[in-house]
Amino acid sequence: MSTTTIDPTARRVPPLGGFNLTILRIELKRMLRNRRTVIFTLIFPAALFLSFGSTEDWNDGVGHGNVAAYVMVSMALYGAALTAAAAGTQVALERAMGWSRQLRLTPLNPAVYIVIKAMLALVLGALAIAVVNLVGYLQGKPDMASGVWIECALLTLACTSVFAALGLFVGYLVPGENAMQILGPGLALLSFLGNVFIPIDEGTWIYAIAQWTPMYGVAEISRYPLTGDLSWIACVNAALWLAVFVGGAAWRMAKDTARV
Amino acid sequence: MTSSSALTEGSPTAGTHPVPAVRLRGVTKDFGPVHAVRGIDLELQQGEIVAFLGPNGAGKTTTIDMVLGLSRPTTGTAQVLGLEPRQAVARGLVSAVMQTGGLLKDLTVRETVEYTASLFADTRPVDEVLENAGISGLGDRKVAKCSGGEQQRLRFAMALLSDPALLLLDEPTTGMDVEGRRTFWSAIRADAERGRTVMFATHYLEEADAYADRIVLISHGRIVADGTGAQIKALASGRTIRATLPGADTSALAAMPGVTGVEVRGDTVLVHSKDSDAVARHLLTHTHARDLEITSQGLEDAFLSLTGEDS
Repeated sequence: MSTTTIDPTARRVPPLGGFNLTILRIELKRMLRNRRTVIFTLIFPAALFLSFGSTEDWNDGVGHGNVAAYVMVSMALYGAALTAAAAGTQVALERAMGWSRQLRLTPLNPAVYIVIKAMLALVLGALAIAVVNLVGYLQGKPDMASGVWIECALLTLACTSVFAALGLFVGYLVPGENAMQILGPGLALLSFLGNVFIPIDEGTWIYAIAQWTPMYGVAEISRYPLTGDLSWIACVNAALWLAVFVGGAAWRMAKDTARV
Repeated sequence: MTSSSALTEGSPTAGTHPVPAVRLRGVTKDFGPVHAVRGIDLELQQGEIVAFLGPNGAGKTTTIDMVLGLSRPTTGTAQVLGLEPRQAVARGLVSAVMQTGGLLKDLTVRETVEYTASLFADTRPVDEVLENAGISGLGDRKVAKCSGGEQQRLRFAMALLSDPALLLLDEPTTGMDVEGRRTFWSAIRADAERGRTVMFATHYLEEADAYADRIVLISHGRIVADGTGAQIKALASGRTIRATLPGADTSALAAMPGVTGVEVRGDTVLVHSKDSDAVARHLLTHTHARDLEITSQGLEDAFLSLTGEDS
């Protein structure tokens, strides 16, 4: 046996629970390398905007802008929601692959891991919003004041957090690759119901239901600077679904980390 | 490797006893009604190479998880280098290499090591670690495209980044060829000489005997034997002679050559010995023993008899 020993007090603990920019850089590169992510989150919403936003009535007035602007904001939200949800489901996938367990053997704080994933979801969401807005700008049909334009984009980004939480929640409920196969069509359905793709007539029974689906509130909030119209139902809707998804994700995660 | 080592000489505490690498005191772990670990006391000194030997389901992995701070003991305490396991992990003092999983397939080898390195306060340079693990040529390859052996080397590179004082290995040489096995263990031994403690789980007695300074036998959630390879092998290779003999002279029996244990249960005496013939001859010719039985003892039997002895 040797005479060498180790002084445990000589070792340091990393600051911020292990948070650092290297991880963000690698994770971002990783997401953008994934062809499916790029197509579904960056190309698909822009393409939807180009088709939905070019209907005959594209230049009819809506609030402080036109229909094309209205459709652009909606599609940016849809793209960002899809991206953020996809990023959220990654957590569950990584758990299934044993990566979460591997990370537990490092100083990384599990809460910091979730914060990093949430930030990543928002960065990618911002990218999706930027792409749709850029396509809209280049196309030239959307019309609204630049202040309104920026306000809509920022509100859309804030609303994206609801879907990052949804992604986490669904990822834990349906582990593996299947999560996105549920979320993809699911979010499309919710977008139809939430007045994101085609306007639903107020006063109909379907509108009464739609008002309580998760896309409705955030869509109304995102478009508020443009429409100048926001009901209390929309605000309650967004707050409620945010609470449900964050609560659900936290509940599943707490159950999950008990096993590691 | 030596020049970059953060392992420091000298004792942190006053006196001649350095803090133990691992200290488990009365540790138990229940999963609902299942008692996975039923009370383990264990102390590992710095620089020891210890095999954690036992059949599947004996409680090896559960115990290792508690040393790593992945789970908490139901009762008892676990300490690593005098710290709570999680604190030791946060300081990069403990790491582990698992047999499967634990890798992201869509990252490259270099990204995986960079990612892991970024999490520690102090790490060795990424290039050096890749070089030492023999995967410097694979830096840009996706993990998914690496062979099983290459992935295992990557896991080692990740585990050695923080220059850990305690390294836990789960069945480390599964899938390695003879040459790979030899290289692996000589590297592990070189690190142990610099003070790194290595604890590896295995269910192969041969591997434990060949590479460990010390073998800790675990069965049904308890330590049933703790000693050198030679001592454990003697327990496993012997036979048990059972006879009815009221008032047996246990000290005389224990003094016989080859005898490793003597036990009295009522009128029955049980003798564990490597030379069963000599014991049988002695019992039948020099005592009033009757109903004599000789059974050979496998590793599993050694576990069971040792559990009964409460040693």
